[in-house]
Amino acid sequence: MSTTPAFAKALDRVTRVRGVRGAMVVSGDDGLVVAEQVMEGIRGSALAALAASLAHRLRRAMEAAGVGTSVFWHLHCDNGALLVVPAATGVLLVVVAEAEVNVGLVRLELLKAAEALP
Amino acid sequence: MDEVRTLSAQLAQDPHSLVFLRLGELLRQKRQLDAAARVATLGLERHSHLADAHDLYARILSDKHDYERAFDEWDMTLRIAPTHTGALKGLAFLYFKVGDLAQAQAHLAAAKRATPDDPSIDQALALLRTAAVTPAAARGDNERPAEPAAIAERVEPLPEAQVFAGLEGAQEGLLLLDAAGLVLGGALRSPAGENVTDAVAAYLAGVSQEAARTAKLLNLGSWRGLSAEGGHGHVHLTQPTPESLLLVVRDRAVPLGRLAVLGNRAAQAARRWLERQ
Repeated sequence: MSTTPAFAKALDRVTRVRGVRGAMVVSGDDGLVVAEQVMEGIRGSALAALAASLAHRLRRAMEAAGVGTSVFWHLHCDNGALLVVPAATGVLLVVVAEAEVNVGLVRLELLKAAEALP
Repeated sequence: MDEVRTLSAQLAQDPHSLVFLRLGELLRQKRQLDAAARVATLGLERHSHLADAHDLYARILSDKHDYERAFDEWDMTLRIAPTHTGALKGLAFLYFKVGDLAQAQAHLAAAKRATPDDPSIDQALALLRTAAVTPAAARGDNERPAEPAAIAERVEPLPEAQVFAGLEGAQEGLLLLDAAGLVLGGALRSPAGENVTDAVAAYLAGVSQEAARTAKLLNLGSWRGLSAEGGHGHVHLTQPTPESLLLVVRDRAVPLGRLAVLGNRAAQAARRWLERQ
């Protein structure tokens, strides 16, 4: 998978946060991997498809509820978390993290990284 | 009777299963107290360290007006599970019954700490406050405490439509769905006041399965909640039971972390409501 410098920079930024196991840029429309720095043992393509599908459902539900489009979302699990920021360009910045990660810090870095994307 | 037969058959098939708890409670609710007591004591023989089994037997004994033994069983429940809400409410009822309002209040306060969003505890506390300021003679009960109909489980169950009764935003920002996206309770209104319950429910159908698949793919265990920040508000999703999905919606003034706390409280209320159905 080729990674453009802008995407690589965005992924570097978020994967530097302690507790982040990996990150990827996903096309929000079709759920394909655009760029990734994902940990071993994870099927990036499957994760990208699921993250995009969840993002799509959430976006529709949130728009219907009148709370606007999703800025950031966080799937809390027993042993870790999935954190996602949709960027203005239509891609999703996706992070897989350990349970003890500083979610607030990852959120900030994701939002900054998303802003910096072309 | 069909459910009694079904549960009895299940218990006969697997005498060590915990189905005796449901069967005993069902028989108690049907006022078949002797049969309920037999089921509870047989269950206790096999599960003598199960707090819920002692609590069940105590409720049956209380219904049979055997308050002394009910007290012992609830006392045993608390020795096993010190924050068991049912036992705390049960003991509060018994203390109320003998006129010891201070002990009744202390036990209800402990129950409230264990289960902060149980509206029946608030009702019981309100009744206690009334009893405390109203002399017995003025109540016309000849020195005997009033029958504490609102204490413990004698509190009327919530109407079915009020799954989130007592919770903030019960009819505008809380929604309980089944796995197919059908509304079980609560309602949602958009910031403009429009009822958006059905539309939101339809879009959320399938979210549980996808969240579970994602968690499994990543070896993250079970998913516990999904918090999302929108341009004009925040949402939190959680699963009160494996077959249901709860959505909490608030404006942006409510931080995501607090929304998760609200969601967990609403999920407890939803679980209790679903168990009663």
